[in-house]
Amino acid sequence: MEEKRNYTLKIWRQKDANDKGGFVTYPLNDISTDMSFLEMIDVLNEKLIADGQEPVHFDHDCREGICGMCSMVINGKPHGPKDAITTCQLHMRSFDHGVTITVEPWRAKAFPVIRDLVVDRTSFDRIIQAGGYVSVNTGGVPDANEIPIPKKIADDAFDAATCIGCGACVAACKNASAMLFVSAKISQLAMLPQGKVERASRAEDMIAQMDEEGFGACTNTGACSAVCPKEISLEHIARMNREYFTAKFTAKKS
Amino acid sequence: MILDAKVPAGDLADKWKNHKFNVKLVNPANKRKYEVIVVGTGLAGASAAASLAELGYNVKAFCFQDSPRRAHSIAAQGGINAAKNYQNDGDSVFRLFYDTIKGGDYRSREANVYRLAEVSVNIIDQCVAQGVPFAREYGGLLANRSFGGAQVSRTFYARGQTGQQLLLGAYSALSRQINTGKVEMHSRKEMLDLVVVDGQARGIIVRDLVTGEISSHSAHAVILATGGYGNVFYLSTNAMGSNVTAAWRAHKKGAFFANPCYTQIHPTCIPVSGTHQSKLTLMSESLRNDGRVWVPKKEGDTRKPKDIPENERDYYLERKYPSFGNLVPRDVASRNAKYACDEGRGVGSTKLAVYLDFADAIKRDGKDTIAAKYGNLFDMYQQITGENPYETPMRIFPAVHYTMGGLWVDYNLMTSVPGLYALGEANFSDHGANRLGASALMQGLADGYFVVPYTIGDYLARMPYDKIGTDHPAFKEAEHQVKEKISQLLSINGSKTVDQFHRELGLIMWDNCGMSRNAEGLKEAKTKIKSLRDDFWQNVKVLGEAGQMNQSIEKAGRVADFLELGELMIDDALDRNESCGGHFREEYQTEEGEAKRNDEQYSYVAAWEYKGKDQAESLHKEQLEFQNVKLTQRSYK
Ligand code: FES
Repeated sequence: MEEKRNYTLKIWRQKDANDKGGFVTYPLNDISTDMSFLEMIDVLNEKLIADGQEPVHFDHDCREGICGMCSMVINGKPHGPKDAITTCQLHMRSFDHGVTITVEPWRAKAFPVIRDLVVDRTSFDRIIQAGGYVSVNTGGVPDANEIPIPKKIADDAFDAATCIGCGACVAACKNASAMLFVSAKISQLAMLPQGKVERASRAEDMIAQMDEEGFGACTNTGACSAVCPKEISLEHIARMNREYFTAKFTAKKS
Repeated sequence: MILDAKVPAGDLADKWKNHKFNVKLVNPANKRKYEVIVVGTGLAGASAAASLAELGYNVKAFCFQDSPRRAHSIAAQGGINAAKNYQNDGDSVFRLFYDTIKGGDYRSREANVYRLAEVSVNIIDQCVAQGVPFAREYGGLLANRSFGGAQVSRTFYARGQTGQQLLLGAYSALSRQINTGKVEMHSRKEMLDLVVVDGQARGIIVRDLVTGEISSHSAHAVILATGGYGNVFYLSTNAMGSNVTAAWRAHKKGAFFANPCYTQIHPTCIPVSGTHQSKLTLMSESLRNDGRVWVPKKEGDTRKPKDIPENERDYYLERKYPSFGNLVPRDVASRNAKYACDEGRGVGSTKLAVYLDFADAIKRDGKDTIAAKYGNLFDMYQQITGENPYETPMRIFPAVHYTMGGLWVDYNLMTSVPGLYALGEANFSDHGANRLGASALMQGLADGYFVVPYTIGDYLARMPYDKIGTDHPAFKEAEHQVKEKISQLLSINGSKTVDQFHRELGLIMWDNCGMSRNAEGLKEAKTKIKSLRDDFWQNVKVLGEAGQMNQSIEKAGRVADFLELGELMIDDALDRNESCGGHFREEYQTEEGEAKRNDEQYSYVAAWEYKGKDQAESLHKEQLEFQNVKLTQRSYK
């Protein structure tokens, strides 16, 4: 049943990339347990505007866990306390009456803050641009059923392809490594026959771009996979490492 | 003025082939002398931008999201239709064409729909080649399922995330072209005006959503792939940012807006839980295969569902439509849920919901079987509502889901402004008055991968290479207007937030121009919208500055446009004195309460022309001619 609860919010406010930023505390009462976390922030923002204060800026779009746009570190954990969901799928019934909730942006060198909780994740786009595709043009491709793919492989590739590119993996990692994100794409395409042709150059190019963007190294703590709303597995990182070393090895020989 | 749809002559099945042969081509070496702007990076925009760049054109692509991968196509769940006939169950291009025309309640253009069905098969090939992980059978070939409105299995899918996988495919093709330098990508930039010079679309004005900077971009042609306008209702299944602004501003620059009143309401969404509600979540229609829809027989019954005995329940769909039962089409299911609630028999705390009950299915097939089929949907439901659908019936209610109307386009997907194209949900072209399930993805990708890359060449081949400089007075003037509007919004400093206005508008639209409409309600709504719009421009409160990230400015601009569009939707709904597909006028129904078309008088596309501020728009009619199908009345009894 619906209940009303009161909270104390500690939210990161930062005017722009150059501002130092800091936490601001807001009490917020009468919050319905049926509200989503972002609807709770909406309520806060409506109050702020009514008081003549600028609203908290945050990224969000689909509000159903698929676009990958929402991105809040809630009580120290990317996407909040519950597993396998995004910030927008979190509901207030998961927070007890009277608690303090801290909300921060993703924090990583490669994700600079734009304003408040909004960060710049175009580094992810540039990694995909470096090689996260199969090089086919529109038209002139074979009939879809001429490329049979064992169901198991198609399913495994799907598990990797389900990444929403939110960046929680980076935000959770103490080194701000992007290995889980990058490996999911490399792994998806390496498993499928369509992607095999370019697998070596793809792994090399995407990893080179990842390093250039300033993401950290992977020390196998697994924090990334633990917060991933789509539960992308660490196996992909292992597969990516194999892809990468094979690529390096064959490159040296030829 | 007569609207010329430029449909090629000849047999239906040959039109596209002949047309492709007859259009002018741009020599490969000259393609790089042309620049094309693509606004929006969903299925239609991303596929168009990538394909045009592959051909050699220079492309500038824009999206308001932080990355092109986030466009709202990503949220489509069900699947994508294609007339592959892989199941050997009698599917064909003609059958897909026929189902789409019929599903659209005979309000779409035959030639466009046929072409859509024709290129549908190429889409699947293209996506598989890109590495899209569609569902497969154990033998390694592609799997299909059936979907509403069709008797064959032609829907390809990737779990419940088909839109995501297709969009990531198009995004990867786009990313590859960004890497080659053929596409210049601008994310977090929102188009705020179209620039027309000597009657031709020559560029756009955009606002950088990070810095607030207003800039001009010039090109030889402009493509809008900016999605639908369902958020005029405030609550819909659309993403929060989905808006009509780009299309609306183009409309005000001369692009006709077609059939704005055609709105699709999806019957199985999670109901509104309170005034805080910001958006609605769709639950796959497949649930109706096993769930039974009911409400209490008694008005105002507040008992828990399990305390209401069988003989006091009304399984109204099974009662009224014995042969289709719970599987009636979307519009019929939606309307009947509304009637039940109007009668005071709605359930839940808001009384705006009906039950979708799985108890019988669980008893029959076992909990495990039901979990295997719908487990993820049940989890999602529980996540949002806090209730367990294995134990208590789900509560569902219809929600706005898709808009069939959009910018008017001819066969080439060109709007009434030469050089301005509209693709995907942003145009009106293929779904008539009602869209079939799994056809939105098909249309977006058909337009972007396989139609516009051909048809745009025909236009560009006639254009000089020179671009118009952004210092041209038309650009300067448009920039000035955009800036003025923003400073005006900031200067009002009234007492109501943008969201308040948006919510009020949504309610007016939902109550009067939603699932069912009547002349009286529509007229009343028109007056209400007018005064709401006046109030907005006097009383809205937008804080902050123009020269920075300012989400209030973004929203305010979009809501200002919705406040204008809403009125046009009302005008269109008033003009159409018939019921068809998603447009149900209460005055026009059969004795059994079904939609009653009037083919004699309303077999036309209503294309509206903007006539200036506070002027009534003028209506142009494109007559629809049906040479290949026979018009029939739908019946699901
Ligand atoms: S807003 Fe789209 S995933 Fe959260």
